[in-house]
Amino acid sequence: MDTLILGLPVAYYIAMVAKVLVAFVFVLLTVAYATYAERKIIGHMQVRLGPMRTGWHGLLQPIADGVKLFFKEEIVPTQASKFAFLIAPLVALIPAFISFAVIPFGAPVTIAGYTVPLQIAAFYDQAGQQVFDINVGVLYILAMASLGVYGVVLAGWASNSKYSLLGGLRSAAQMISYELAAGLAIIAVFMLSESLSLHKIVADQANGAWYVFKQPLAFVIFFICSLAEINRTPFDLPEAETELVSGFITEYSSMKYAMFFMAEYANMITVCAVTTTLFLGGWHGPAFLPGWFWFVAKVYFLIFCCMWIRATYPRYRYDQLMRLGWKVFLPLTLLNVVATGVWVMVFNK
Amino acid sequence: MIMPLIKGLQITLSHMFKKPVTLQYPTERPQIANTFRGLHALNVSHDKAKCVACYLCPTVCPAKCITVEAGEDQNHDKYAAKYEIDMLRCIFCGYCVEACPVDAIRMTEQFELANYSRADFTFTKERLLEKK
Repeated sequence: MDTLILGLPVAYYIAMVAKVLVAFVFVLLTVAYATYAERKIIGHMQVRLGPMRTGWHGLLQPIADGVKLFFKEEIVPTQASKFAFLIAPLVALIPAFISFAVIPFGAPVTIAGYTVPLQIAAFYDQAGQQVFDINVGVLYILAMASLGVYGVVLAGWASNSKYSLLGGLRSAAQMISYELAAGLAIIAVFMLSESLSLHKIVADQANGAWYVFKQPLAFVIFFICSLAEINRTPFDLPEAETELVSGFITEYSSMKYAMFFMAEYANMITVCAVTTTLFLGGWHGPAFLPGWFWFVAKVYFLIFCCMWIRATYPRYRYDQLMRLGWKVFLPLTLLNVVATGVWVMVFNK
Repeated sequence: MIMPLIKGLQITLSHMFKKPVTLQYPTERPQIANTFRGLHALNVSHDKAKCVACYLCPTVCPAKCITVEAGEDQNHDKYAAKYEIDMLRCIFCGYCVEACPVDAIRMTEQFELANYSRADFTFTKERLLEKK
């Protein structure tokens, strides 16, 4: 216990590694079971049953899917750009997972006398009794979110197929249109919290009302734009199977195909976690249950909403998607920023 | 514009709490209507097929899937020495059943007709009698 590394005991580092592992495994498991939940929920919404055969009520379905995809033949088209083709799934997957690093998922816990904040990229100052995290956490998330599209565009281009290329290009255009509106929507949150640090934003909401009540318009627009950004129905134009076969993943098979799906679901979890943190008070909730429970419950509720939306709405047409992004959401968010500015000037100062 | 969107969400959510209509097929069997037209069967009377080889069924068959060849038994009665239905051609119209003057052919509730080879889709007299 007395061995110190850079002024901190070994137990502290073990706790840090454990924290990273728990968060990573949790996200991975949620990714696996989100695919199952999606099939079940949409099934029931369409008065069907969903998976039922593998295990009790199909509970082993994600494992069966994983095993199946793992043993499938891996095909790389002869005319494809090999390196880019191989690297694209990774480029899509990694940003999806690493954006989780800045999200606070619970109250700081005390291990062996040392307080560990439940946020991967955070540090607890024992002397000042204060949590320090990346003070531009939201910026980091936005940056990572826009990196994800590189994977999609790269996959579309490297496949050397017209369907793939169209899917990739659509994704790029869609990303730009919606990232703008999403970014502008959360500016209102920064104006109220006066910080880009996710820890500070969560703490602010614990003291006052959640931002979903103060900024309902920003919440709705951010959530919808996030759906568009992670290519989920009704904005799944890059893979639009009725028009583009499978869009940018047409030429992919086996585990590389699975990796794109993992990226999509991991993105969904990240988006729901970010929405929870920015608008739904993060890990704060009634005191009788631990913080991480409330965080997980809110994230799962939002994931359910994503699936619910998928079961309800048909896919947007491409021009409708562009019109909605540029002509509806962008002006609305700009108005919201102005209104919030006025509100902050008049009432908070 | 917003209300219809919310209404749509309401409808899908309400469906979630309804009883699924899905049938767990091989374990749960479907309720088949009395008038369902499945695989044919040759009716039996006094331990032999009722068919008198009158050729009405191949004549009326629009898909030309029935082959009948007549034979003569010890009592000099006409009987179907060969009775074959090519199920790959059959359109399950039921005209053969309607045309039969002696009620020798009927249609059963059997709908699982998948097979591996073309030959297996030719239902001979023996196979049709088995289905009685």
